[in-house]
Amino acid sequence: MTGSTVPGVVPASRLRLRLEAREQPGLPTHLAVSLLLLLAALLLAGTVMTVAGGNPLDVYRSMFGAAFGSRWGLNDTLIKMVPLALASLGVALAFRMKMWNIGAEGQLLMGALAASGIALFAVPPDMPRLPALALMAAAGAAGGAAWAVVPGWLRAQFGVNEIISTLMLNYVALSIVQFFVYGPWGERGFGLTPMFERHTWLPRLTDFADQWSALRGLTLHLGILAVPVAIACLAILLERTKFGFEIAMVGDNPDAARYAGVRLRRTMIIVMALSGALAGLAGMSEVSGVVHRLLEHISPGYGYTAIIVAWLGRFNPLAVAVVAFLFGGLIVGADEIQSAGISSLLQGVILFVMVSGNLLIRYRIRLRPPEAMR
Amino acid sequence: MIAFLTAVLASGVRTGTSVLFATLGELFTERAGVLNLGVEGMMLMGAMTGFGITWLTGNPWLGALAAMAVGGLMALLHAFVALVLRAEQVVSGLALTFLGSGLSAVLGSPLVEVRQVARIPTWSVPFLSQIPVVGPILFDHNFLVYIGFLLVPLCWFWIYRTRPGLELRAIGENPAAADVQGIKVMRQRILYVAFGGVLAGLGGATLSLALTPTWVEGLISGQGWVAVGLVIFAGWDPIRALFGSYLFGALRRLPIDLQNFGRFRANPSLGYFTSMLPYLFTIVALLTVSIGDIGRRWGAPAALGRAYVREDRDA
Repeated sequence: MTGSTVPGVVPASRLRLRLEAREQPGLPTHLAVSLLLLLAALLLAGTVMTVAGGNPLDVYRSMFGAAFGSRWGLNDTLIKMVPLALASLGVALAFRMKMWNIGAEGQLLMGALAASGIALFAVPPDMPRLPALALMAAAGAAGGAAWAVVPGWLRAQFGVNEIISTLMLNYVALSIVQFFVYGPWGERGFGLTPMFERHTWLPRLTDFADQWSALRGLTLHLGILAVPVAIACLAILLERTKFGFEIAMVGDNPDAARYAGVRLRRTMIIVMALSGALAGLAGMSEVSGVVHRLLEHISPGYGYTAIIVAWLGRFNPLAVAVVAFLFGGLIVGADEIQSAGISSLLQGVILFVMVSGNLLIRYRIRLRPPEAMR
Repeated sequence: MIAFLTAVLASGVRTGTSVLFATLGELFTERAGVLNLGVEGMMLMGAMTGFGITWLTGNPWLGALAAMAVGGLMALLHAFVALVLRAEQVVSGLALTFLGSGLSAVLGSPLVEVRQVARIPTWSVPFLSQIPVVGPILFDHNFLVYIGFLLVPLCWFWIYRTRPGLELRAIGENPAAADVQGIKVMRQRILYVAFGGVLAGLGGATLSLALTPTWVEGLISGQGWVAVGLVIFAGWDPIRALFGSYLFGALRRLPIDLQNFGRFRANPSLGYFTSMLPYLFTIVALLTVSIGDIGRRWGAPAALGRAYVREDRDA
């Protein structure tokens, strides 16, 4: 295997992107087709549920109600959206240059681990909240970045397939977290660490209930502020900077990018670091904003769902965040009916239908007269 | 010590069989020029189906057959999306994995409670299994292990010594040239993708019918991905795939084999580190072929992951 022929990475994509560039289907077309496909996916998944002995209409109704039907539901949905959006933005960034980082799950776990280590052992009890949180966020980002840089470097330096290495590292990260929560950091073998001190918690809306009583009981934490910041940073990076242009170039055609003077290895490693850092931040916001401790099951597969979210959002930061919101609702809804299986079934079916449907859009383009195609 | 090593290697052969089937399947898929990252999903569906059908019928062989059928059907889905509709193969394969894990979780939820199902029977080969060291390692297993033994040379022979094997290599290396020779590129690719799925399904069933006869969500725990990695490690060669799979199998069983050792019994948290080994091994395996000149000698099929459309031939 030579460096540039990582299986499946370059050629097929070149094809798709080129076709897409010929004519951009407008936003209305995209939305209409997407909605249609979503319906088809729900129908398909509903069929499966019927086969499995459930009533899909009831399932969908209670899922939707739980996720979006009330202020409490929206609160929960937004809480799930935070890690999902951050991790998905990271994945989207890497996918933009055809770095198939499917290790967001492991990067999230390592971010959570690093942030927890800081919260448990490095933050003095009298430290004010802001520097404590900043320290934890930095550690979380660093932990995630470190976990992503390893496969990034292996790919850049030796051409090791990053799809496999990032995925393998997910399992390694899980083992490391298990070691800590059952071992040195654990509390009585339950697979969780002691509760963090309060000044390492991200403030929640309910903490401001004294000023605004409407916020009472809303557990949404301020980690959500990281989402718009990350969207803005990524959008600027991708659309307004030379580096962002280089990322797009490498994604489009690595050889051309190299001839144009892009330092491929450096770009790959930096992109992986940023991608992992975002996933690591997601892990930090979970431990600091939601559970306030590290536990084995800190992520119900956010890192895997992030891959789907990133693709459905077409690697566009804002669209990715919107999809993350919807998928946050999906996770909340699945919690409501107590079936994680339904959630992953829906995610799988939706992605598969959308992947196939993407081609419907493309075939419409291909119906154009040949002049338009050349 | 020899007894311990024998036990490790024997369980490596047994445990590695499931990943061996999946690796061989993906090897054919990729030899035909198609990348299918849905192995994990197909194995999950195979494991769930095999277990479920065995539970319903009481016959593990029917279970294995059903698993193969389901694996093949899922692979056909990938073939349709990636080859006919020409979606990006990486994404389509990922989608297949998500689909498989979701489907197997929902459809398999009644099976989680099931404990007793028939297993694929074990057969100690007369005389051969009595040979010290070699006997227990090679000749004292369930039937699927022996099927694996037979399959590897068959695959090798098919790829390197038969006319269809030559055509297979042609459509993976240079589909346009193969097309000119009158080889039905699309049809053959679809067939090999389906065959890859059949073997992935069997690999999943190996796990749920012979190794850990249970069904739980996510039973495969990344072995489908390991298979994709091992194909690269093997340089798309069935013989090397065999060694890679058994080595992985040995490492995967190591935490359990080591439990009886004093130091590991005293400090069970070491088990978390030994359980990382198979995954780290996969990365290191990829690294060795990337660094050494092995990688240059045994390259990937040139057209791997590239859709072939006759009109676009010159593009």
